[in-house]
Amino acid sequence: MREEKGGGRRHFLRQSVCAISIALCAPALAQTVRPWRMGLTPVFLDDQISFLAQWRQWLTEQLERPLVFVQRGNYREIVDLLLAGKLDFAWLCGYPYLRYRRQLQLVAVPLWQGRPYYRSYLIVPHDSPARELRDLRGAVFAYADPDSNSGFLYPQYALSQRGENPATFFARTFFTWAHRNVVEAVGAELAQGGAVDGYVWEMLMRTRPYPTSLTRVIERSPWFGFPPIVARQDLARIHIVRFCQILSNMANDAQGAALLASLGLDGFVTATPELYDGIVKMMERLRR
Amino acid sequence: MMTPFEHLSLRWKIPLRVMGAVLGTAFAVTLALIVRDYDNMRSNRAAHARSLGHLMANTLVAPFLHDDVWRAYEIIQSARQGATLAPELQAEVVLITDADFRVFVSSRPRELPIGSDLSVQNNRFTEVHAALARTTSAEQIVLEPTESPYYFVATPLIADGVILGHVILAYSKQAFLPRFVGLLVQAIWVTALVLLVLVPISWIWARRTGAPLMALAEAMRKVPSELASADLAKLPKTRDEIGEVGAAFRRMLEELKKKQELEQQMLISERLAAVGRLAAGIAHEINNPLAGMLTAIKTFQRHGQGDAMAIHTLSLLERGLEQIRNTVGALLVETKTQDRPFEPADVDDVLILVEGEAQAKQVRIQRSGAIFESLPLPATLIRQILLNLLLNAIAAADPGGMVKLTLGADEGMLHLAVCNDGAYISEEQMRYLFEPFASGRDKGHGLGLWVVYQIVKQLNGSLAVDSEPGCTTFSLDIPYVHAH
Repeated sequence: MREEKGGGRRHFLRQSVCAISIALCAPALAQTVRPWRMGLTPVFLDDQISFLAQWRQWLTEQLERPLVFVQRGNYREIVDLLLAGKLDFAWLCGYPYLRYRRQLQLVAVPLWQGRPYYRSYLIVPHDSPARELRDLRGAVFAYADPDSNSGFLYPQYALSQRGENPATFFARTFFTWAHRNVVEAVGAELAQGGAVDGYVWEMLMRTRPYPTSLTRVIERSPWFGFPPIVARQDLARIHIVRFCQILSNMANDAQGAALLASLGLDGFVTATPELYDGIVKMMERLRR
Repeated sequence: MMTPFEHLSLRWKIPLRVMGAVLGTAFAVTLALIVRDYDNMRSNRAAHARSLGHLMANTLVAPFLHDDVWRAYEIIQSARQGATLAPELQAEVVLITDADFRVFVSSRPRELPIGSDLSVQNNRFTEVHAALARTTSAEQIVLEPTESPYYFVATPLIADGVILGHVILAYSKQAFLPRFVGLLVQAIWVTALVLLVLVPISWIWARRTGAPLMALAEAMRKVPSELASADLAKLPKTRDEIGEVGAAFRRMLEELKKKQELEQQMLISERLAAVGRLAAGIAHEINNPLAGMLTAIKTFQRHGQGDAMAIHTLSLLERGLEQIRNTVGALLVETKTQDRPFEPADVDDVLILVEGEAQAKQVRIQRSGAIFESLPLPATLIRQILLNLLLNAIAAADPGGMVKLTLGADEGMLHLAVCNDGAYISEEQMRYLFEPFASGRDKGHGLGLWVVYQIVKQLNGSLAVDSEPGCTTFSLDIPYVHAH
């Protein structure tokens, strides 16, 4: 009788050890595959949380590896994280990509209206008398981000092209840290003019007519390469190729196509740095 | 000056006054509540505005120092979006100025664009600019200029002890209005509901309070003309003042009724006295020639030798004159004559005398009480009274009925009562009951009660008749000089 009792306890102990080992193993297994970390910037409407959750889910399934999105208050922080190796991928503007092109790898470029191009819009309040950039002399002007091509580099370039000093042309300027906020600031007449990503403006016009319809486009820039998805320099080529494939196949997948439709994009393609030559030209001009 | 209200019946006056008190109280309470709510609202808003001002000033220092217009704009916008549940707590304009009172950013960029100068612009912020320009204090300033539509709270933006600028919150004074009207409507509704319950209750209660007074007034209105119909049942019987008045009124009515009865009796006895004096006078005048005439007839009968015809005629005359003398004698009740005292045996005598009459009508005579000694009262007259009353009673009693004699004497007073079970005496008959020749019957000359009345009056006694169906009682009290 005594032996039976002892045997029963042993059996119980064996079971417990097994249960504990499984409980310990589960997270250990998950930890072995580090999730991809992808930085996002307001080059698109990055404030749609439910869309981001769906996209992340889709990408995780396709990559067969967890993926997390990382968002920060401005472009600079994302770029810093990427350069520090804390991020694997990022959807960046062409301007910071070009500044750090030696430390970054180009993964894919979105197609907007069938082409990998976009442009910058100069907007004013809908009832403003301004007809072109020059009419905004002495005004309050809203930039998107100091690292934005469409929201900062282009208007600076446009002013210098016209023989104006970008530092003194406006009475006052400020950054809104997102294209969407530029639209809001101009719509509320907090600023008498602003520079905004044309793709974002068109998307906002479609999804949020108010306050977008309170703004009016007075100038459109030439076409520039669309903000690309980039990877850190030391990321293995195979991952970049895989990621590019998945993005390129997005349009062929039902769920992927629906997600692209939400973004207002047609798909992703591979690209070469030459796509951004227009921005390079502006950077060189302003450096002088 | 009496207002028409003063003449209004208590039936309305008491309820109306109570209503006035109820409505007045309701109004006062409502007013007090509204005033309190208004004060609460003001102090709420002041506290809210001040704490919001401090909070925003602390939050905005960094964006201000970093020249981050957009962050500052987002902060002031979110501060304005927070109070949608209580619109009166919603700042209409939020404004950040730098040390030179230039707009750093405002929640209304259209009206107050970046860089605009508060001091030169002829806007609604001139007062607050003037107030801020006057002071160098690092304290929060609350301003409520009378001519301005705004209520201002200006909080300095302080970094390291230096005033960088101000956060100015402007609240519309008008914003109070909807909330206040809401409160007012709510208070009115609550009051109306309370009144809906209170008014009927107070009205009924007030009517109840007035009801005893109404009943009293109603009864008083019938005095003195309709005493009998005055409804005493409705008079209040409570122990409060109205109850006391009711009781006093009831006593007064009783006294009045007694007085009226007394007056009635006085009238009757005065008439009887007058009739008595008249009858006695006439009787005296008749008695003297009558005595002469009878003496002459007696003389002729004794001494005359007349023929048979004359004797027969004189005899006829004599009987006629005797009858006149009897009648007149009966009218002329004489009590002054000397008489023997009334003995207990006299009662037995009288009962024997009426026995025949009673047997003839099969009426039973019942006697109760007795006298046990002779009384100093004229025996003939008392016998006469007893005889008349008993004969009357037997005549009035129904055949086979009963007559009851009650008698007794004490404290110098002889009490007699004769009762019969015959038809009762009507009101009309009662008035003339003791007058001569007022008999209701065919038999007798109608002088029986007259004689009784005259004798009782002359002996200073009192006489009462109480007639109800089935029992008519004549009761009398005659005083006598006590033997002791």
